[in-house]
Amino acid sequence: MKRIIIATVQDRGGVLNRITGMLHRRQFNIESISVGASDVKGISKMTFVVEISDKQKLEQLTKQLNKQIDVIKVLDVTDKAIVTRELALVKVVANNQTRPEIMTLITAFRADVIDISKDSLMIQVTGKPEKVDALIGLLRPYGIKDLTKTGLTAFPRGYQPEQGFSELNNMSAHG
Amino acid sequence: MKVNANQGVEVKSNLVTGSDLLVQALEKAGVEVVFGYPGGAVLPIYDALHRNDTTFKHVLSRHEQGSIHAAEGYARVSGKPGVVIATSGPGATNLITGITDAMMDSIPLVVFTGQVAKQVIGTDAFQEADVMGITTPVTKYNYQVNDIADLPRIVNEAFHVATTGRPGPVVIDIPKSISETVTINDYEDDFYLPGYQPTVYPNPMQISKVTDELSKAEKPVILAGAGILIAGATEELKQFVNNWEIPVVTTLLGLGSYPGGDNLSLGMGGMHGTYAANRAIYESDLLINIGARFDDRLTGNLQHFAPNAKVAHIDIDPAEIGKNVETAIPIVADAKQALNVLLLQEVNRGDYTAWLDKIKKNQKEYPLWYNREDNPISPQWLIEQVYEKSNGEAVVTTDVGQHQMWAAQFYTFKNPDNWVTSGGLGTMGFGFPAAIGAQIAKPDKMVISIVGDGGFQMTLQELSILKTQNLPVKVVILNNEALGMVRQWQETFYEERYSHSLFSENPDFVKLAESYGIKGMRVEDEKNVPDALEEAFSHDGPVVIDCRIERQTCVYPMIAPGKGMHEMIGVTK
Repeated sequence: MKRIIIATVQDRGGVLNRITGMLHRRQFNIESISVGASDVKGISKMTFVVEISDKQKLEQLTKQLNKQIDVIKVLDVTDKAIVTRELALVKVVANNQTRPEIMTLITAFRADVIDISKDSLMIQVTGKPEKVDALIGLLRPYGIKDLTKTGLTAFPRGYQPEQGFSELNNMSAHG
Repeated sequence: MKVNANQGVEVKSNLVTGSDLLVQALEKAGVEVVFGYPGGAVLPIYDALHRNDTTFKHVLSRHEQGSIHAAEGYARVSGKPGVVIATSGPGATNLITGITDAMMDSIPLVVFTGQVAKQVIGTDAFQEADVMGITTPVTKYNYQVNDIADLPRIVNEAFHVATTGRPGPVVIDIPKSISETVTINDYEDDFYLPGYQPTVYPNPMQISKVTDELSKAEKPVILAGAGILIAGATEELKQFVNNWEIPVVTTLLGLGSYPGGDNLSLGMGGMHGTYAANRAIYESDLLINIGARFDDRLTGNLQHFAPNAKVAHIDIDPAEIGKNVETAIPIVADAKQALNVLLLQEVNRGDYTAWLDKIKKNQKEYPLWYNREDNPISPQWLIEQVYEKSNGEAVVTTDVGQHQMWAAQFYTFKNPDNWVTSGGLGTMGFGFPAAIGAQIAKPDKMVISIVGDGGFQMTLQELSILKTQNLPVKVVILNNEALGMVRQWQETFYEERYSHSLFSENPDFVKLAESYGIKGMRVEDEKNVPDALEEAFSHDGPVVIDCRIERQTCVYPMIAPGKGMHEMIGVTK
């Protein structure tokens, strides 16, 4: 199962190395990590997407993260009502024929063209991973020259229904 | 040519160097002894040790590995953090085995490594090594001092982190440019660690679940680990066991946490544990683990580990609970605090009569056994003699391997903190330097280092310390001219193909000891053992005794790798 985990950490030297090293050493499979500042000076937030085989492994993961001296709080937000976002930059092959077609196509994804050259377009797309992946799938036949993703970042929603977290989460994943 | 290192530097009275700040911080932390070895990047620190009239002493080893294992032995026996200083590059990398060993066995250490000057870090400078990178996975925490103003705070914080919660090693990497900087002397050392708040007091609800289960159980057993020793909870455990009359199995590192030889003591569990201990765990319906981490050498095949037991696990490290064994009653707490709350509960025992009878029967019918030889000496009998001649009161240190298992089996540890061994990492070359640290911690106790001829040769250069510090450590070499445990596994699992496990050329250990100015002895015959041990143990100074033991002897009983606790071999002759 895929889990989304947010760790609040003290921003000290080597903290990212400590945490990724521990995850690697204990054979956790990280799909993505994004790290950034929080609103408090000296405190950063890390968002991990990990592929976990069972509940016991998941418990180990949160415990091992919590055990790190620099880690202040660990939150598994997978089953909460959450907002997840990632950003991708895609450089796609485009000529005079295909350019208008691609530009029309991406509007449905609220993606932007941020650079145009003679034979390519650079597209920026933001959203849930499913949406980002769907757009990449559509662009692939035109020829993707280069692609980079930021990794996932996530937030629990302000309003958390008292029950049926996962149900709601599933619904929004389809919606 | 003589060059004044401080030429041109006018040291005013209110100015000090980074190294002086370090010395002050060590004194403030109450350090009694520092184990170390000088070198280029720590020259300013060593100069400060020389210039200042320090309240602690410095013990010079002959290899950095010797320093750090001595610090581990000191820490394990005294309960205080071991302190080590080594230089950059090779000095630091020579410490890695000891740092990892301390990490695995939860030994508090504060380790200072020199580093090249800040201006040249990252340029592959002479004797530069990425100490932060190398030690991150094997330390509880580590620091590089980048600003001299942080130094007092970092040292203070490091001692706190090393000694609280689940203890462990902390490394402080100090660039030479920091240790030689001249600075003012008024930095604060307060620290703030919002992410590090170990849970010491147990949740009383969880504790009452344990006693609820105890009143329903028919076959309870306690697994006592080193957490009890670290917490200083042996008296509390004794009282708890007496109140409820529960049999106790100890782990390798937990030996001495409950008095060996007592009626309810089943001895050590695990791969070379007693039949009664392993059988008790296998058959139990309630297993209460206090301060042990369910290591694989204890559990054997997890599928067959306590298959019918409800497991309660008391540990100060939440990550250990549920890591290997599914736990019904998790209790995050210091062992002493948890036992104190357990002692407050009303004693309402289930009926354990049949269980205790069965355990007694197992103890009686399947005791540890061995074959007696005359010449060479049978190792298990030798350990029993060592026990007898030291009145069972000595501090015993070992490496890893056959001699370690025989010491664990046959030196009945009645008292806490008399046993120093490398458990988790299984480090050859640990036992002898660890004995040096133990003797420094307990100058009035007899310290016996039981080592094999293989392991002893990994760190024997530290015989120099015995001489220079005049430490009366007794080194008992169980010499079978082989890597005994490797040989045993090759015999059992590799059809007797003894690949590189038999030593054809050993040094003359007697002459070797004498060349260091230490009394050397050799015993080859059983009949000479009692006198030789008496002579050695009453000698006013260090002794090395080369005891020639039977090479073919194997450690039994045994749970073969991959097997379960119910599949012991070699239970009887």
